[in-house]
Amino acid sequence: MADHRRLGVSEVSGVTVVQFIDRKILDDSQIQEIGQEFTALVEQDQKKNILLNFSHVEFLSSSALGKLINLEKQVKAHSGKLRMSNIRPEIMEVFAITKLNKLFDIREDLPDALAAFKS
Amino acid sequence: MGASNNWLWTCSETIPSETHEGQRLVKQLLSKLEEHSWGMSDVFGIHLAAEEAIVNAIKHGNAYNPEKNVQIEMNVGADRVSLRITDEGPGFNPVEVPDPTEEENLENESGRGVMLIKAYMTDVRYNDRGNSVFMEKVRSQ
Repeated sequence: MADHRRLGVSEVSGVTVVQFIDRKILDDSQIQEIGQEFTALVEQDQKKNILLNFSHVEFLSSSALGKLINLEKQVKAHSGKLRMSNIRPEIMEVFAITKLNKLFDIREDLPDALAAFKS
Repeated sequence: MGASNNWLWTCSETIPSETHEGQRLVKQLLSKLEEHSWGMSDVFGIHLAAEEAIVNAIKHGNAYNPEKNVQIEMNVGADRVSLRITDEGPGFNPVEVPDPTEEENLENESGRGVMLIKAYMTDVRYNDRGNSVFMEKVRSQ
C-alpha cells in the first residue's frame, strides 16, 4: 500500500474511506501531494470504491477542485465509484457555484455515502 | 471618498512570485476581518477570492518568474473590503475565459478561479491590459 501523508485511508465494508488530514487545502505543493496520493490509491493500490470524507475540510481552492475532478476520471477509468460526504455548507456552495455538484456524487454523511455504493 | 472609505486597516505590499508570500498577506487580511467582526460566510468568500487572484497573478500572470513581483493592496472597512492585485505579466481578457460551468467544460481541471472571484465579490474589475484586478466586497446584511 502506498504511503499517505495528506490522506487518512481506511477500509469500511469494502469501501476505501479517505479522510483529508488538512483543514485548508490551498497550497500548491500540498495540492500536488494530494493529487499524487489520489493517483496512488487508484493506480497502485487498485482501489475502486472510494469515499472522500470532507469532515475536516474548512477551505479549498480551485486548484484542489482540479484534483477532485482528476480523481473522478481515474476512478471511472477503472470502472470504480467515487462518492463524497460530510461537506460543510461553505464548501457545498463552491461546488454549487462551479456546478461540480452535478459531476460528483455527494452524500450527507458517511452512512449515506456507504449505502450509495450498494446502489 | 464617502464615509464607507474610512478604512480601518490598509496594506500595500509588493511580493515576489511565491505563493507562500501571498498566503502571508492573506493571513493578515483574515485576522483583520476577524478583528472587525466580519461574518464567517463573507470571510470565506473574501478568502477564496484573494487566494484565487493572488495565485492567478503568480502562476498565470508572472509564470512563477522570480524576477517579477505582485503588488497587493488590501483595505478593510466596517462595511466593505477592497483588494487590488497587479502582476507583471502580459495580462488576459477575462471575457475569453471559457465558462467552467458549461457541460463541455465541467471536467476541465482548471479555469474556475476567475468565476469564483466574480461569484463571491460584489464588484470585480480588470484594467485594460488585464494584469490588474480590483475587487470589492460589501458586507452582507
